[in-house]
Amino acid sequence: MNKHFLGDTTVLLGRSLRHITRSPDTIITTAIMPIAMMLMFVYVFGGAIRTGSGTSYVNYMLPGILLITVASGIAYTAYRLFMDMKGGIFERFQSMPTARSSVLWAHVLTSLVANLVSLVVVTLVALLMGFRSSAGVPAWLAVAGILVLFTLALTWIAVIPGLSAKTMEGASAFSYPLIFLPFLSSAFVPTDTMPTILRVFAENQPVTSIVNAIRALFAGRPVGDDIWIALAWCAGILAVAYAFAMTTYRRKIS
Amino acid sequence: MTTQQSPAIQVHGLEKSYKDLHVLRGVSFEVARGSIFALLGSNGAGKTTAVKILSTLLKPDAGTARVNGFDVATQAADVRESISLTGQFAAVDEILSGRENLVLVARLRHLKDPGGVADDLLRRFSLTEAGGRKVATYSGGMRRRLDIAMSLIGDPPVIFLDEPTTGLDPQARIEVWQAVKELAAGGTTVLLTTQYLDEAEQLADRIAILHEGRILVNGTLAELKQLLPPAKVEYVEKQPTLEDVFLSLVAAKA
Repeated sequence: MNKHFLGDTTVLLGRSLRHITRSPDTIITTAIMPIAMMLMFVYVFGGAIRTGSGTSYVNYMLPGILLITVASGIAYTAYRLFMDMKGGIFERFQSMPTARSSVLWAHVLTSLVANLVSLVVVTLVALLMGFRSSAGVPAWLAVAGILVLFTLALTWIAVIPGLSAKTMEGASAFSYPLIFLPFLSSAFVPTDTMPTILRVFAENQPVTSIVNAIRALFAGRPVGDDIWIALAWCAGILAVAYAFAMTTYRRKIS
Repeated sequence: MTTQQSPAIQVHGLEKSYKDLHVLRGVSFEVARGSIFALLGSNGAGKTTAVKILSTLLKPDAGTARVNGFDVATQAADVRESISLTGQFAAVDEILSGRENLVLVARLRHLKDPGGVADDLLRRFSLTEAGGRKVATYSGGMRRRLDIAMSLIGDPPVIFLDEPTTGLDPQARIEVWQAVKELAAGGTTVLLTTQYLDEAEQLADRIAILHEGRILVNGTLAELKQLLPPAKVEYVEKQPTLEDVFLSLVAAKA
């Protein structure tokens, strides 16, 4: 590892965090869509949805909303990276005696910070809407850990279009299917009533195990196998996305 | 350093293709220390590709290149310590202020007093007043000046300027020329690419004409002029050019 890696990453992280504090709209737009969904699901559809879980609907659906928050937040990571590529500042950094991978890591860490802020905002709104959790500190830490891992995994996915997209729209379009994925899971309704094909997909896609694990942690229930399946999914996606992102990156700089 | 006596840039038999497109077909030239060398050519001649290879952003398919005595392929990190690249489009951070841009680069070059370096350059490039403003509010000329100022941080012995005046108004152009001349006077080696004949004529100690991936001629302005039949004596009434008119009118206003 380059001896300047940590220092350079810190400097570049400071730069992109400043971008966020100077255009806080990126955090607001990231948080507003999930909050609007939450309002709609809880106050419009929620009364008619029978989850059979014996808990309030806002408690039931918050884990899914949190995942949607991350999925929409990482679109900005791709956008910021794309703008650096397009503006030539990426090349400037790459032609300087810096640790080269610092440029990528600074964007990844910025994504983590921005998404965590959005997640806190969404959770606070959920508390106002009546979300209550009996989780203790260890369970909250576990939830935070899962969300951090999930954010990292999705962020490295976002790096790929950020580096390779030709247009701004192309850089962020990849996030739409990711935002949509929680709807085909146990995030908003139990999977039992879905037609067989859909149910098989819903029960075996990553979002369901992640949502179930977070829901169980919030409710103070035993998490069972879900947490391990969830962690395995996150780690797997992270590893594959990281490998593809690095391949794309090396192709860009050689 | 033992490299002090050798040419600042030595390029030999450089070739580069993008798929079927043969951009460089065996380019060779040398640039003496402290001189200004112009790579003159129309769009698509391969100028930018050559600069990217010399600044370690691209790998050549064949041939060798040494910058400040270091091989671009095997000693890329040393090359990056020795150079600075000002790309075709001003690679500045729009969201940061001019001063913050300079501080950022000074930090990434691991200099001791980033703030002092920044203030000094703002003064040299008449940007002190604008230093605290977001770069997004700058004019094209100011942006380019900031861009070049960023390239000077750390006093790299070799500077690449890729079409430094493309898209600038006549005044801004003259400002950039002035900055380049001062650089060379201070002992910095400058390689610039341009499609403007008068720019090469004004600035360069040596000019190489790059056409379809090959160097057609390489020499001083006087040598290049000798390639054509000797000058005829003609009597022409000396009219002011439109540029003379424009500049005197604008200067009178200011």
